[in-house]
Amino acid sequence: MIEHYVSLIVKAIFIENLALSFFLGMCTFLAVSKRVSTSLGLGVAVIVVQTITIPVNNLLYTYLLKEGALAWAGFPEVDLSFLGLISYIGVIAAIVQILEMALDKFFPALYNALGIFLPLITVNCAILGGSLFMVERDYNFGESVAYGIGSGVGWALAIAILAGIREKLDYSDVPAGLRGLGITFMTSGLLAIVFMAFAGIKL
Amino acid sequence: MKIKELLLAPVLSNNPIALGVLGVCSALAVTVQLKNVFVMCAAVTLVVAFANMGVSIIRNHVPNSVRIIVQMVIIATLVIIAEQFLKAFVYDQWKTMAVYVGLIITNCIVMGRTEAFGMKNGPVESFFDGIGNGLGYSFILIIVGFFRELFGSGAIMGFQVFELTKNGGWYQPNGMMLLPPSAFFIIGLIIWAIRQRDPSQVEEQ
Repeated sequence: MIEHYVSLIVKAIFIENLALSFFLGMCTFLAVSKRVSTSLGLGVAVIVVQTITIPVNNLLYTYLLKEGALAWAGFPEVDLSFLGLISYIGVIAAIVQILEMALDKFFPALYNALGIFLPLITVNCAILGGSLFMVERDYNFGESVAYGIGSGVGWALAIAILAGIREKLDYSDVPAGLRGLGITFMTSGLLAIVFMAFAGIKL
Repeated sequence: MKIKELLLAPVLSNNPIALGVLGVCSALAVTVQLKNVFVMCAAVTLVVAFANMGVSIIRNHVPNSVRIIVQMVIIATLVIIAEQFLKAFVYDQWKTMAVYVGLIITNCIVMGRTEAFGMKNGPVESFFDGIGNGLGYSFILIIVGFFRELFGSGAIMGFQVFELTKNGGWYQPNGMMLLPPSAFFIIGLIIWAIRQRDPSQVEEQ
């Protein structure tokens, strides 16, 4: 039983890495990876939000949106799954907002460390993508908690690695046109190939 | 004149992907076949144009503090319409793109344009600005899709251009082009080409 969850987490971190295998959250991945410290802050914020939103969206899907999910309210034939996208993004925006207020009140140090990154996360496609994959793969509640943790950690790991490489790249002589964005694209391409090596592992 | 500029500026001189790092996720994920690229580009262009116009129409009636969520609702509604439309008419392509159509909601091009342009300009300009940025996005995606399909499976739009060795031809397909990382390299090279042509975009070391 516990083995199943552990393998789900490991799979979400390495084999199905959101950033490097599915290319989600690429905009922030490429734009905010100049320094290791900032990218770690963003990574932690993603882990927290991902761990909360995926299970909440899972509950929403199972008890409100799925075909036949409204049976408990006396509407067994209603299928609201077409409302999925708008509800998930609403949940994500609301949770990010609540989290921001709660952190500000109870953990001001963490709040100051995360700073601008929390509101940015609403439009990070890794978060919405995680919820959509959860629906597509039909995870139950326990599995969605494990998937939330795993996918968040995977994304944080990827951005931390890229930031580390980019800090070193500052000292190299890159052709003028490739400087900055161009070389970052190529670096992430190589990183993605590296992560593809995990694809053969069976868990 | 103004409209022509709005339409053409985002293609080369102010490209949303190459200069603004916006909307990169789908550029990497849907470009294996040119057919999918066209469906995705049409969807994104229409969503950006209409979202930009919609936001622009109500921009004077929305309090500043709730503008993000209002924009989100407009964008999400348009994306749901686009998704249902694709599901009904091009089911095969919708199937292969799956989550990436829904992810147009968080495609930063849409949010970026409504926030930076739609909130400040009239509906007509906003509509054409949306179309222009959609074209800039399509420009990159079509180049990437063209090379990936040509070298990855020797075909363009599903028609065999290079005879493959397994069918008795001469072309040995390049397997890496079918894998997503190849899109990173192609976009990197496009950025290099654009910046070589227009050195003002080169970043400081």
